[in-house]
Order: sequence, then C-alpha cells, then structure tokens
Amino acid sequence: MTQVPQNLKYTDDHEWVRAEADGSVVVGITDHAQHALGELVYVELPDAGRKVARGDAMAVVESTKAASDVYAPLAGEVIEGNPALASQPELVNTDPYGEGWLLRLRPDDAAALAGLKDSAAYSQLLAAEG
Amino acid sequence: MRREDLIFEQSRPGRRASTHAPATIAAIDDLPASVLREAPPPLPEVSELQVVRHFTRLSQLNFSIDTHFYPLGSCTMKYNPRVSNTLAMLPGFLARHPLEPDSHAQGVLESLFDLQELLKAATGMSGVSLTPMAGAQGEFAGIAMIRAWHLARGDTGRTQIIVPDAAHGTNPATASMCGCEAIEIPTGPDGDVDIDALRRAVGPKTAGIMLTNPSTLGVFERRISEIADIVHAAGGLLYYDGANLNAILGRALPAGMGFDVVHINLHKTFSTPHGGGGPGAGVVAVNSRLEPFLPIPIVGKRDGSYVWLSEADRPQSIGRLSGFMGNTGILLRAYVYMRLLGAEGMRRVSGYATLNANYLSTRLAAAGFTIAYPQRRASHEFIISLKDVARDTGATAMDFAKALLDRGFHAPTTYFPLLVPECLLIEPTETETRQELDAFVQALCEIRDLAFRDVGELKRAPQTTPVRRLDDVRAARQLDLVWHSRSGTVN
Repeated sequence: MTQVPQNLKYTDDHEWVRAEADGSVVVGITDHAQHALGELVYVELPDAGRKVARGDAMAVVESTKAASDVYAPLAGEVIEGNPALASQPELVNTDPYGEGWLLRLRPDDAAALAGLKDSAAYSQLLAAEG
Repeated sequence: MRREDLIFEQSRPGRRASTHAPATIAAIDDLPASVLREAPPPLPEVSELQVVRHFTRLSQLNFSIDTHFYPLGSCTMKYNPRVSNTLAMLPGFLARHPLEPDSHAQGVLESLFDLQELLKAATGMSGVSLTPMAGAQGEFAGIAMIRAWHLARGDTGRTQIIVPDAAHGTNPATASMCGCEAIEIPTGPDGDVDIDALRRAVGPKTAGIMLTNPSTLGVFERRISEIADIVHAAGGLLYYDGANLNAILGRALPAGMGFDVVHINLHKTFSTPHGGGGPGAGVVAVNSRLEPFLPIPIVGKRDGSYVWLSEADRPQSIGRLSGFMGNTGILLRAYVYMRLLGAEGMRRVSGYATLNANYLSTRLAAAGFTIAYPQRRASHEFIISLKDVARDTGATAMDFAKALLDRGFHAPTTYFPLLVPECLLIEPTETETRQELDAFVQALCEIRDLAFRDVGELKRAPQTTPVRRLDDVRAARQLDLVWHSRSGTVN
C-alpha cells in the first residue's frame, strides 16, 4: 500500500514538502512516484544558491525506465541537495520520506506552503488516478 | 546455452587459415620502409572452421527481423528486401572511392541525385541533403537550419524549441545540442497536442516546434494546420520528425501540413538495415526558405553531368556533418527500395502498415487488453497499457516483454511514451502476415493467463535466450564497458 504520511504537504506532480523549524522546507518525491519510476539509477540535484520559481524543473530522477523532472513545489532558493544520493540513488526507493529526501529550499513565502495538498487531498488524487 | 567465446579467446599461437591472394593484387613493394609494419598485427590465430562456426553461432544468437516478428514501436522494423542489398553491392558501386573525381562516379551520383528527387516527391519539399549519417544527425541538421535561418535574418533572440511531451527523447536533446531551450507542451486526453498550451508557449523567442505526425501515441495530429498557423504567425518554423513517416507514405505530404523541414530515417521508412545492423541515414528535406542552409555535400547537375555541390555553391550551408557524403551504401539500398515500389507501391506500404496496426489493435481489444486511445483510429502503431494486469497480478510491461522473447517475438517498445503507464508501443509494419499477427495476439493472451496463474513463473522469463534477465539497474549504477579476459587482464 502506498504510504502518504499525514505530516507532509504534497503537489499534483507527486513531490512532498516538509516544513522545518528554521523556516526551510525539505522536498522529496512520494512513495507513489518512486514506485511508478522503478529503481532509481541517478539523481541530478541543483546547486546550492539556485533560485527557483514554483513549477520550475529543478531536479531529475532517472530510473531504467525513464528520466523525470522534479518540479519546485514552492518558489525559493536551494539550500542544499541530499549528498547521499550521488552514490546511493536507491535511498529514494527504500526510504522516500526519510533518507531519500532530495533537497532543502528556503521558500520566498512560507505561507505558500498552505496552498499545497494535505495528505487527505493527495490520497484522493492517487485514488482518482487509479 | 553454451557461452560463445570471443574470437580472441579462441586464438592459439601458430594456428592458421589459408587463403589465396587474387592474381591482380596491387604490388606494395614500392612502399617506403618507414611505413611498413615490423611485426604482424595482433589478429586472432584461428582455423577457417573456427571462424565459420564462430560467426554462424553469433548470427544464431541474434534476435532479428530475419528470424522473428519485431514489433518495436516507432522503430519500423520491417523486412529489408534482399534485392536492395544485391543491387547496392554491384561492383560498380562497391569499388567507388570518396576521393575520386566526379567524372569517375557518374553512376553513383546519378543514383543519389534521383534519390534526392524521389524524397522531394515523397515529402513535398523542394530541397534534400542526403548527408546526415543517422536520425539524430538529421534532427541536428534540421534544427541547425532553423537556427541559421533566424540568424541570417538578424533575428537572434529565437532560442526556444517547442516539443510536445509525447515526443521522442531525442527531440529535446537536439534542441539542446543546437543551443536552444526545449519548451515542453502537454498532450490532450485524446492524444492531440494541447492547442491552448501551444498558444501560450509561442512568442518572440520561438525558433520552432518539433512534431512527429502521426505522434508516438500512434494517432494522427488532426489540428496540424492550426498548429502550423500558430507557430508561423509567431515567427517560428516547423520541424517534422520523420520517425513515423511510414504511416502516411504516398497519402499525405509533410509540406502540405505546413512543415518547413523534415528528417527521414531511411533505415525505417525506406527499409534499410538498422537496429545494430545499420548504419542509419537521417536525410533532411526542406522547403525553399531553408534550402540555402542544407548541409553539404549535395548532388547537383551541371552541364549534363552530376557533381557534388560544396561551400562555393552553398555559401549559407550549415556545413558538413561527416568527412564525405553520408552512408552511401545505405542511401543506395533506399534508392533501390523506392524505385522498386514506385508511387503506387508506397501508397500500399502505408495502407498495409496502417491496416496491420488496426487489425492487431482491434484483436487485442477484443481479447480484453486496454488500448490507450481506444476512441482514435491507430496510425501504423498503437499503445496498450498493462496497468490493470500490473495492479491485479504484479506482472509488469517488462515481464510481458521478457516472456514474449521466449515465445519467439521481439518485445514491443516498453515504457514509452512515458504518458501511458505500463505500456507497450506496438508497430507491426506492412511486411507481416495475418497469421503472424494472430500468433502474436495468442502469445500475449498466454502471457496474461500465466500472470494470473503463476506470476512467479512469468517473472523468471526469459528462459530460452542466450542471456537471462539482465540486472539493468546495477548496469546503470555501476557502468563498466571494459572487456576483461578470463585470466583477469584487460586486453
């Protein structure tokens, strides 16, 4: 069964977002997304300091099936990418909401987080996609 | 199955195969000593029988169009007529050298000139260059010409190429290689380009759009004229990716749809060997506005003789893409194929290619498979989605692909286009019989039955191939392309 943790926010493109105490957010791809992609073989992350607009393609996750863009869920500045993914892209598959996080962002507007889907709405989206 | 040793591994010192040198062999005793080898080249030392067995066995390991149905979507794996090979290998063609004077090569030049004319007729375009060595180079030439046209008008700000999300992955790669940015636009639920998204995407930065028609979803882009008007009105040009030209051959012209440049994979539509048996040929055809920018060399006619046109004749050309004049042997095969078919034969190609695809699609739908765009008539290819089977049994499109190999069929294209989950993109081509198509339907039904009965057994496929299921994940994560001999040394 696909996991959809309740403490996270979600996008229609299957990214998750977690608010941190320091005002930054952590971004990853959902359990559903990693399952659909299959085993990842490469993750391309943006450099720290890059400014992204909401919806910008900011990272690439590549499996043996496909290379897919990961879109910025919020406008902001990249603080860091997950350094572990360079040698262990499979962490995204084994622990998508934990060790397999993709990057940290400093959002331009922290309030924009409220505009994303909650876990119930994201679960509904998954159910609708069948 | 026994592993076939490399010919170098079979080598033993002193073992020989004899051959007779032709009496007419050119004397080389006038070569200066400084260019002569001191030691023989390190070739494998094997007997004639070893050579015969080795290459016969290798050929038997091959899964090829000569041995199996090969419905690889968007690749047009059709039969390559033997007569094309035979005629392209006439001694007069084989003995030509690229540096010989044009006057010594009038036969091959005339053949290539005629091929240029035939391709103009097949696309409705006014100029052709045969020089791109493969499809990717044809794409590069096409977008490079669009860029050159904008720059020649002093319009330097057009750096965006619009690419639908159903496009071949090579399209955005081409845009990037030509210094442009690929702008992706979505596909509507019926498989056509989202026109509203296109309207929003075009503007003063638009260099052009790359379209495949019929698209990789296996449906004809019905609003192509409207798309052409939108892109042209915005100042951009239209590039036709010729991957699926087989579907419309002799029935619709890319020029008539409003395209400015077309690349044609001769190795697909015009039936020259490919898929490891290549090389390819990605010729480009253009309308009059792009003609000055065609890559050289091009065959021209001057004072009744055929000549290679060069920089002096085409000063605005995007230049040369290879040392000489494209893959001439492949060009000749395509020329023979076109001459044998004639205009009427080409109409039959697209007619039967489309009929076969729709027959297969209809039979698979009747057998309960999910057709991705059931409301649309298939062009020469179509998509089934195995999403339901995957949900109910855990068997994936990849498992189906592997199991087909055991049943004597090459797998269709898997997991492409990316828009359709667990998909197979199936292109039967015009050269298959109804019996072969029926057998393919039967095989897919058997595999689905196996998925419901014993998915573990299905996941052990393939069991009859020289190598079993490869660890493609590990291969991608730890890429190692160096051959290691059995003794552990790297040769």
